[in-house]
Amino acid sequence: MNSKFLRTATMATSALALAFSISACGAGNESDSGAPADGGDASLSGTLNGAGSSAQEAAVAAWTQGFQTANPDVTVNYDPAGSGAGREQFIAGGINFAGSDAALDEEEMTSAAAKCASDVIEVPTYISPIAVIFNLEGVADLNLSSATLGDIFSGVITKWNDPKIVAENPDAKLPSSDITPVHRSDDSGTTENFTDYLDQTSGGTWSKGAIQTWPFKSGEGAEGTSGVVAAVKGGKGTIGYADASQAGDLGVAKIKVGDEFVAYSPEGATKALDVSKEVDGASASTIVFQIDRKTTEAGTYPLVLVSYQMACTTYADAGVAGLVKGWLTYVTSQDGQKASAAGAGSAPLSAALSDKIAPIVEKIAAQ
Amino acid sequence: MALAETPQKPITQRGDKIFSGLSLGAGLLILAILAGVAIFLTVEAIPGITSSPEDAPNLDGGSFLHYVWPLVYGTLFAAIIALLIATPLAIGVALFISHYAPRRVAQAVGYLIDLLAAVPSVVYGLWGIAYLAGKLSPVYAWLSEHFGWIPFFKVDPAGGDFALSSTGRTILTASIVLAIMVLPIITAICREIFLQTPRLHQEAALALGATKWEMIRMTVFPYARSGIIGAVMLGLGRALGETMAVAMVLSASGVVSIKLLSSTNPSTIPANIALGFKEPVGNNINVLIASGLILFIITFLVNFAARAVVNRRKEFSGAN
Repeated sequence: MNSKFLRTATMATSALALAFSISACGAGNESDSGAPADGGDASLSGTLNGAGSSAQEAAVAAWTQGFQTANPDVTVNYDPAGSGAGREQFIAGGINFAGSDAALDEEEMTSAAAKCASDVIEVPTYISPIAVIFNLEGVADLNLSSATLGDIFSGVITKWNDPKIVAENPDAKLPSSDITPVHRSDDSGTTENFTDYLDQTSGGTWSKGAIQTWPFKSGEGAEGTSGVVAAVKGGKGTIGYADASQAGDLGVAKIKVGDEFVAYSPEGATKALDVSKEVDGASASTIVFQIDRKTTEAGTYPLVLVSYQMACTTYADAGVAGLVKGWLTYVTSQDGQKASAAGAGSAPLSAALSDKIAPIVEKIAAQ
Repeated sequence: MALAETPQKPITQRGDKIFSGLSLGAGLLILAILAGVAIFLTVEAIPGITSSPEDAPNLDGGSFLHYVWPLVYGTLFAAIIALLIATPLAIGVALFISHYAPRRVAQAVGYLIDLLAAVPSVVYGLWGIAYLAGKLSPVYAWLSEHFGWIPFFKVDPAGGDFALSSTGRTILTASIVLAIMVLPIITAICREIFLQTPRLHQEAALALGATKWEMIRMTVFPYARSGIIGAVMLGLGRALGETMAVAMVLSASGVVSIKLLSSTNPSTIPANIALGFKEPVGNNINVLIASGLILFIITFLVNFAARAVVNRRKEFSGAN
């Protein structure tokens, strides 16, 4: 009863796109379509259609480039329509794989499995550290605990020389100027992960829970990651949160993990996933993490966004099955993760996690 | 009857039929498209308007009216400020082109103004956020310090709900960007109308001893009045519907306030749709489409009002 028009429209376009995906094997190649282990098998051809998370867009572009270089006859289309749209289209059967910042919930999982007529694969593909960026004249390094961040973003701490900030930065020359916290004005997975971090670790200074839409009227809103970066750069005494790869030459605050202040690093973000627990009750073909924001492990950077990709275990079309298998194999491989780290500034999955994902992806086959 | 029997008649008739058929088709097509949009908006909006807060998280526990009212306010507020800035400027530029500048200069200025209309709104947005906002920020600080007693320029101390914007991304900046975007529309129409003022009227005024400014006031403005109103209304339509530039420039919180210099600003309907469309949950999309329907209705009302004003004034001017 809702979005009927939209859905029919997307399904119609997706059906059109699907009609173009061909199931032919490349000529003159000895291996069959179900073979590639490293994604570098030139026997793949056809069109692979995905949609979803806009956070993964740059990474998908890097993977597409790598995948298409190895398989020149393959075309990968990815529509960064948003995680929700990606999950919806995947469940409707319009696309071959979806990207999403959030895992499928129970209801979605049931509908997706019914549409696939098989188990649904759900694996982490993209880890992005979120940096706390600031622009304050004369200050290059800043240490901020989660409790202080909660106060700043709730509008409780309003001056840079507030005693709480001074206590954490005894060496910095903090001015008495006002703090302008900058947040995302659009609904965003980055906001959700940032507020989830505050919610779990701030010890109550952040009271609004993990949310996608900013709950306060105060502070400054900006559209998209680039908007936040531009606003922080353009203002005086500003502080915001954004994908670390976009921080550029802005100051980046260290966050408190255990008793230490930790700067963001790809290694720290990778480690954050390794110390986190998998969500219970997930099926054998899904790997979904409950990120442990409260970790005290040295060198972890728990302020991260983890994004997933979803696919079916079986596809009616052998060509499509081969494509999805090749794609996910490459994306979750260390090669693929290196490509996205270089192209999108993400943190790579650890080798151990890659190895754990490989057998799941290996199961993809034609019906 | 004798005329109807001339040999050319059949050929003319066929051409006539084809052309009248084509134009009838074009007219009906416009109506069909408009009806299609209206039906789509209405069908999709109904679940949004009637949905409970659990189905549509963006309603934030309130009713649809409660959700959409600040947006309607923000849309009109931003557009009206933009017009207050753009209208006098546009009339001035148009007068300069039509009556003051030497012919060559006038043409060059005219081209430049028209060029403004060709700049994509995303570019205006980028310029607004990366350049204009930063330059205006000190001006805003000065205004709030010296003219803080004017309600429009009043701000709260830091940390308050309506703190002074340190980045300059306020509704005033958004309105200035909007003003620049509607400027070419208003200017182009005003210029054409000013140029059509009958030469005899102008010469008569001058012959009676009027100065140039008096002549313009006595002949050009009365003649062009309905045209100016029409031009402003077209500009208003553009300002109401502008999406990207506002979404990028404005630090929006969806409040209702008349404060121009704060980082807490009302949002506009189109910008709010652009910002909320990316991660649709539940009936959120329907709520956004319903707000789009409201904008559709507002734009309709604005157009009707403009028609009414132009029609009422028609007899006093020489236009039409």
